[in-house]
Amino acid sequence: MGKGSRSAVATSPVSLKATPLSSQHHAKFQEALSVKEPKEKLYWKGFSSSFKNRALFKAHYDDEMEEPPYFYLITTYLSYIILSFFGHVRDFYGFRWNKVAFAHLMPSNGYAALTSDWDSFWTRNLKRRIEDCFAVPTTLVPGRTINMLERVTNDYCRTFQFTGRLKEAVNLSSYNYLGFAQSTGPCADAVEEIVHSYGMSSCGTRMESGSLDLHTKTEELVAEFVGKEAALLVSMGYATNSTTIASLTSKGSLIISDELNHNSLVFGSRLSGAYIRVFKHNDVADLEAVLRDAISQGQPRTHRPWKNILLIVEGLYSMEGSIVKLPEIVELKKKYKFHLYVDEAHSIGAIGPRGRGVCDYYGVDPKHIDILMGTFTKSFGAAGGYICASKEIIDSLRLDNHSSVYGESMSPIILQQIYTSMWSIMGRDGTGAGQERLSRLAWNARYLGSNLRKLGFIIYGDRDSPVIPLLLFNPAKIPAFSRECRKRDLAVVVVGFPATSIVASRARFCVSASHTKEDLDFVLRVVSEVGDLLGLKMSSRQALEAGMEV
Amino acid sequence: MDNPVLYAINSTFSTIAQSIQAVPGSGIAVNYIKNSYQNDPFRVVLELGLAIYAVKYMLSKKYRIDQNDVQLTEKEIDELIAEWQPEPLVQTLSDIQRMELEKTQVIIGAQGPKPKVQSSGKNLLNLASTNYLGYITNEDLKQTAIETLHKYGVGSCGPPGFYGTLDVHIELEKNIARYLGTESAIIYAQGFSTIASVISAFAKRGDIIVVDDGSNFAIQKGTQISRSNIKWFKHNDMADLERVLESIRVESLAHKKRPLTRRFIVTEGLFQNYGDIAPLNKIMELKHKYKYRVILDESNSFGVLGKTGRGLTELFNVPAKDVDMIVGSMANTLSAAGGFCAGPKEVVDHQRLSGQAFVFSASIPAMLTVCASEAINILSTPQGEKLLQSLQDNAATFRAVILGASQWIELSSVAGSPILHLRFPQAALTTAGVHTRDEEKMLLQEIVDEVAIKDGVLITRAKYVDRQEMHLPRVSIRVSICATHTKKEVEKAAQAVKTAFGKALSRRK
Repeated sequence: MGKGSRSAVATSPVSLKATPLSSQHHAKFQEALSVKEPKEKLYWKGFSSSFKNRALFKAHYDDEMEEPPYFYLITTYLSYIILSFFGHVRDFYGFRWNKVAFAHLMPSNGYAALTSDWDSFWTRNLKRRIEDCFAVPTTLVPGRTINMLERVTNDYCRTFQFTGRLKEAVNLSSYNYLGFAQSTGPCADAVEEIVHSYGMSSCGTRMESGSLDLHTKTEELVAEFVGKEAALLVSMGYATNSTTIASLTSKGSLIISDELNHNSLVFGSRLSGAYIRVFKHNDVADLEAVLRDAISQGQPRTHRPWKNILLIVEGLYSMEGSIVKLPEIVELKKKYKFHLYVDEAHSIGAIGPRGRGVCDYYGVDPKHIDILMGTFTKSFGAAGGYICASKEIIDSLRLDNHSSVYGESMSPIILQQIYTSMWSIMGRDGTGAGQERLSRLAWNARYLGSNLRKLGFIIYGDRDSPVIPLLLFNPAKIPAFSRECRKRDLAVVVVGFPATSIVASRARFCVSASHTKEDLDFVLRVVSEVGDLLGLKMSSRQALEAGMEV
Repeated sequence: MDNPVLYAINSTFSTIAQSIQAVPGSGIAVNYIKNSYQNDPFRVVLELGLAIYAVKYMLSKKYRIDQNDVQLTEKEIDELIAEWQPEPLVQTLSDIQRMELEKTQVIIGAQGPKPKVQSSGKNLLNLASTNYLGYITNEDLKQTAIETLHKYGVGSCGPPGFYGTLDVHIELEKNIARYLGTESAIIYAQGFSTIASVISAFAKRGDIIVVDDGSNFAIQKGTQISRSNIKWFKHNDMADLERVLESIRVESLAHKKRPLTRRFIVTEGLFQNYGDIAPLNKIMELKHKYKYRVILDESNSFGVLGKTGRGLTELFNVPAKDVDMIVGSMANTLSAAGGFCAGPKEVVDHQRLSGQAFVFSASIPAMLTVCASEAINILSTPQGEKLLQSLQDNAATFRAVILGASQWIELSSVAGSPILHLRFPQAALTTAGVHTRDEEKMLLQEIVDEVAIKDGVLITRAKYVDRQEMHLPRVSIRVSICATHTKKEVEKAAQAVKTAFGKALSRRK
């Protein structure tokens, strides 16, 4: 078992040359980093420190999402006004004199425009110019570092040409929380074995002839891991949500959804025909107000009581880094009798002392949650998703879930990757490597988040979140941040409007167990330098943060 | 000035007046306001009223369309909450549903032409999987997969929009486009989710979608999520399609001033629920005549129909470039996973930002990508052509046997289709006293069980989510032919199925 398990929690030397920093900057930087890496595996004991920090923080500030100084707000709005003005000018001339490039946006030859021009206004006028920051083609394993295919553009990102060179960078962009994205080691060995014995596919749907013993075996392990009676596997994470919700609710039901819920949940909810209401992100008071109003008023117009109410929340919000307030919601559930659906796409394997998601994190018994959904794309380095619930619900879903009846079943290689990685997280392989990964991730997440706060960046989200959003605000800083980081061998994800609200453009860091402390120090150095360059250290809460332990 | 209140008011006003005067150009504005209100108390009252209304409007609750709330006290609300009893999320399963769960075969070990099933522990001749060309046991593909594993690992750990696009994804997209002869292509992580995402990326509220009413479930869900205007035409009935198109044309003539809406014809190449084939040449004719875009679901026909497996466009000799969107699956014939949409560059590029299952999902694992690409390459080799020919031969063999029993087996599939839907003719069911759908299900399940135990043949009933299907097809057994079986095996299996159909009926008589 030894081969890959240690090397995953990487101790290999940092192969990347750190860009030299100015000496003045270096001193400031050293000062900011006051933390030493613990020698022992007690990272989760630090768990209490993050609760302590949260309490300390709450005593000073109401909101977790810090507003930037007015200067940044005004310049951000101003930037969008300028961008939209130039966009309209470009469109005005384009539609008249550059008909070739705008052909698909105009009716022609009796066909209506393929897409509406307003739908793609921001795409054409903002995103296209910074296209080099998105859909970056990569190769090899998305592990501790990532290899990008270098590309150049001669026409302002309309087209790209590959230079044939690779650029290796420290990877803060992949959802490889536990570092299971590996091409060697126990998982890869087991997967290789399964290719020989099972092949690549099961060629059929679960309900017809595509059920393998491997599906049953993996479902049993997943159910045990999550702490529910039964599990159903779906071959795609997105489809796990989008093809399940319609089988749980129908006309006459109410779905209450967090305003920032993932698109797959929205898609699934819309297919169900149920009435949908939203509440403010992670705001329990607003949720209660919606519940009181919905139950007391009943269905719109007829005032009939709802058949049932399904509350859908996510465990960890991947754009905000916020962890759902589960204990409060479970309290509400006792009073308001709704059913609870928690999407743990990002939290399963990523938080909690045993890596078992939000329930584990808060110490809430999974029996209080009706449906626990999650994906294997992230922490397990595989693909697809699961639904865990009581046997009664799962049996019904096997017959009703669209993916189970019509969709392809999960490939044997994916099943094996899930099985072996989960086995390791549960400590059944007897090496303790899984626990080490969990501890490593927890510590890495807090180390990076805390130090970024100390450096004066505005960071959203929970202190234990492995997803760390760093706020950029001004649209021009989106490409600047991405490019400057890439120049310094750091791969980061940047997001702007319309994926976020208009002011809240951000960079998002995904921490992994495969990062070493040296990697994170390198990251902090680079981000600090770029932050100075772009004027991103605008937080007014730096002083409070400085006193907090990791 | 001994009254301090008056003094305070006075000084406040003078400060305000001074500060207003300090603003350049303020004199003109103040004069203008003073002049316009002179000797006009009515106007002062009116504008004051308007101002108050505006403030009130802004402070009032947001308007909701279905607002007809009953005013309730907190106590009443608490009572209503205490009284309310929700239904459970799922209903208790009926006997027939239990039976369906229990009778679903589980395969021990690998899927293949002769897999071992859990119920009996025996190896059965597989006529139930989509392994049409037998790719699942192909050693070259396995070798390729292992090489990819050692280079890329398993998961891609990210959506394609960020860092989840691998070089092998780009290569597969190019390969599909080259193979089909379209400008470009885009790949999705699950075959089933692809078409719904494609339809909803283009068809929006107010657009028109004309759909074959025999279309599969994925298409139905796509049309539903798009919120467009949906018109159904009778399954594969071109006269009815023309009637629908004509009626839409006439209707739009009456509203000439309305802007042109997007219009789509959506149909399936090889129908999953019937095993017949859409007359693409006729559809293309109507498309050009009425100016519709065609979305063609080739999930079952891709890699199966046509001399080199290029699907319906090859079969009907229609240039693939003329079909606006060709959607296919890599999970069926190719024995990999995922789906794709091929078409012009603008069509594909738009999906990279608006294809919801593309944007919001992790990209497909490298191993499956490379296998799909290799599987396509095999199709164009002599080996591939031989497999396709053998698939056709086996399908013809099976079909010939079944056609010999037309008094008790109804076959909706056409010649050349490797999907054969076997049903009891309605008349035979009536004489046997089988009236309900559940009874028919039981009857067909008897056949499935019998051939599995007695003849060692694995077949399955076609399964549906009955309550969500829009045009629920009649109960059937779906036989899927595989190229790697011998003629003798296929003949024997077909005989067994034929006999079992006859026996099941005679038992009820």
